[in-house]
Amino acid sequence: MTESEISIRVSGVTKTFGEGASAFHALSDVSVDIRKNEFFTLLGPSGCGKTTLLRLIAGFDHPTSGRIELDGEDISQLAPFQRPVNTVFQSYALFPHMTVAQNIGFGLEMLDRPKAEVAATVAQMLSLVRMEALADRRTDQISGGQQQRVALARALAPHPKVLLLDEPLSALDYKLRKDMQIELKRLQSETGITFVFVTHDQEEALTMSDRIAVMNQGTILQIGSPREIYDRPEQRFVADFIGDSNFLEAELLTGGASGRLRLGSGHEIEASVPEGMTAPRRVSVSIRPEHAALTSGAEDAALTGTLKEIVYFGTDTHYHVALGSGGSFIVRRQNSRGVTETLEPGAAVGISLGPRSVQVLRD
Amino acid sequence: MSERASFDIRRMPGFVAIALATFLVLYAPIVTLVIYSFNAGMSVALWEGFSWRWYEAAMHNQQIQDAAVRSVIVASFASVFATVLATMAALGTTRVRPFRGQTTIYALINQPLMVPEIVTGVALLIVFATVKQATGYSGLGYLILAHTAFCIPFAYLPIRARLEGLDRSLETAAADLYATPWRAFRRVTLPLMMPGIVAGAMLAFVISLDDVVITEFVKSAGQDTLPTYMLGQLRRAVTPEINAISTVLLFISVAIVSAFFVLNRKKA
Ligand SMILES: Nc1ncnc2c1ncn2[C@@H]1O[C@H](COP(=O)(O)OP(=O)(O)OP(=O)(O)O)[C@@H](O)[C@H]1O
Ligand SMILES: [Mg+2]
Repeated sequence: MTESEISIRVSGVTKTFGEGASAFHALSDVSVDIRKNEFFTLLGPSGCGKTTLLRLIAGFDHPTSGRIELDGEDISQLAPFQRPVNTVFQSYALFPHMTVAQNIGFGLEMLDRPKAEVAATVAQMLSLVRMEALADRRTDQISGGQQQRVALARALAPHPKVLLLDEPLSALDYKLRKDMQIELKRLQSETGITFVFVTHDQEEALTMSDRIAVMNQGTILQIGSPREIYDRPEQRFVADFIGDSNFLEAELLTGGASGRLRLGSGHEIEASVPEGMTAPRRVSVSIRPEHAALTSGAEDAALTGTLKEIVYFGTDTHYHVALGSGGSFIVRRQNSRGVTETLEPGAAVGISLGPRSVQVLRD
Repeated sequence: MSERASFDIRRMPGFVAIALATFLVLYAPIVTLVIYSFNAGMSVALWEGFSWRWYEAAMHNQQIQDAAVRSVIVASFASVFATVLATMAALGTTRVRPFRGQTTIYALINQPLMVPEIVTGVALLIVFATVKQATGYSGLGYLILAHTAFCIPFAYLPIRARLEGLDRSLETAAADLYATPWRAFRRVTLPLMMPGIVAGAMLAFVISLDDVVITEFVKSAGQDTLPTYMLGQLRRAVTPEINAISTVLLFISVAIVSAFFVLNRKKA
């Protein structure tokens, strides 16, 4: 990515709360480049520092060390009202003493835009979030989903360069959340604004994002497209946090982008290897349950074992296998109608692995 | 769940009797006072028929008129000053990081609630006597100053309560939407704390209107407020005129305090 494509650049940012013995590093040396007009998601468990990073970008807090740039300019020391960045708060934070329309117009008014322009933009925003009918309602007289859309419209109205969204959908029920996810994507492509989206819902992150940064304990572990993150997790935490994974010990024989690997069963197979990893060495690998299949014979099987349990999930079935080489393994198979289950617990089974289904982990 | 598990004071023996007795002691004298303000006769204890004569008498009494005007002037100025100061104090004690000595400041602001009024009265008497001597000024300023001082905690408490209940993220949101700190205060914080400010001002007004002790010590000659005038009258012959003034004062206070509660409930 070239310099001119970068919207937000976070470089070497550390944020420490408290001092001395009670000091707590909420962010440790975080660096990330976010592209213009990108839907960028921060994904991670509770307390990993997602909100802290958003607050630093918005300017509600200042980094202990490091820089934050917007379009190539250092904004680390600017106050929130000086940054062309708006936030959709987790709690919405709508002004209770103003109507829906007044809330949406607030930012433009503070920018001293002419009244006619404010009115026109408010009308446009109301129709964008489909709230025209409720323009004059007080914000405590509308539903949670409607409040959410007002919060979104209010943050979009001044047309910021970057929109920060802190778990904006977490308070909504499943159905409404699905609708809002689609609406958010639509708004993002219609407005051309860079979205930085925070969630701890992996499915939400995978379906909506252009790129995802997976965070844990104040650091970014991996940045990539949803497909990269899911198919090629480079660390155990990432593989574990997003989707389900089988973890095995193995021997890396040769390195390079696609190296050779010897599994515990003695079987040799091709695997994707993280950049810069040298061979030979002992490694952990991750295999997604749906990237493996059961075979009746043991001839072309990469792993062998005994079937322990069959769990039916509706859309698919999980087969729990105790491996001959030790440990357990889960194989997932998509269900289709008319296929009857032929396997029974106790059966000896083989597990075949498709090409590029094995990912070597850094840790 | 189980009826017997929860303590219900209404089931305790004697509850109704005690409640009735309490209300009787509280309100019977007031009701009597109001009734006798309409007495046609000269007595505050012997009923001689209905009449408005004491209200008319009070209205045409020059001294009462002067005292009433003075009361309203003092209460108005004192409640406005006290409310402005209390608002600043409330902002200063809630909109900052916790600092050393915060509790002390809190105690100092609420000092008038704890120090006996008579002590404050005597202290002010001595100080103001010196100032009067030195400056030669003996206007209503002293009363207004004294009332402002003891009204501050009454204005402070509702304003502070309101501010503490205010969601800080609203101010953050205003800053995020390009409001400078001053504009965020004007457009978001101030309107949202307004019910608290109005409530505080009303409370301060009523408290000032009602004060006897400190006023008695601070006032110069000929500066009676309604309560001190009434006290003065009680030392002489008591006529239902006193009842009439009391009734009017009572209704003003009740009206303001009711407005205070309505306001607090609606905007809470
Ligand atoms: N003002 C503060 N003072 C001290 N510690 C703080 C402060 N703000 C955040 N922290 C700590 O920093 C860590 C990261 O907090 P943050 O709010 O960024 O988490 P998060 O990733 O947004 O979590 P969640 O998903 O629960 O919202 C937490 O452990 C939190 O306790
Ligand atoms: Mg958070």
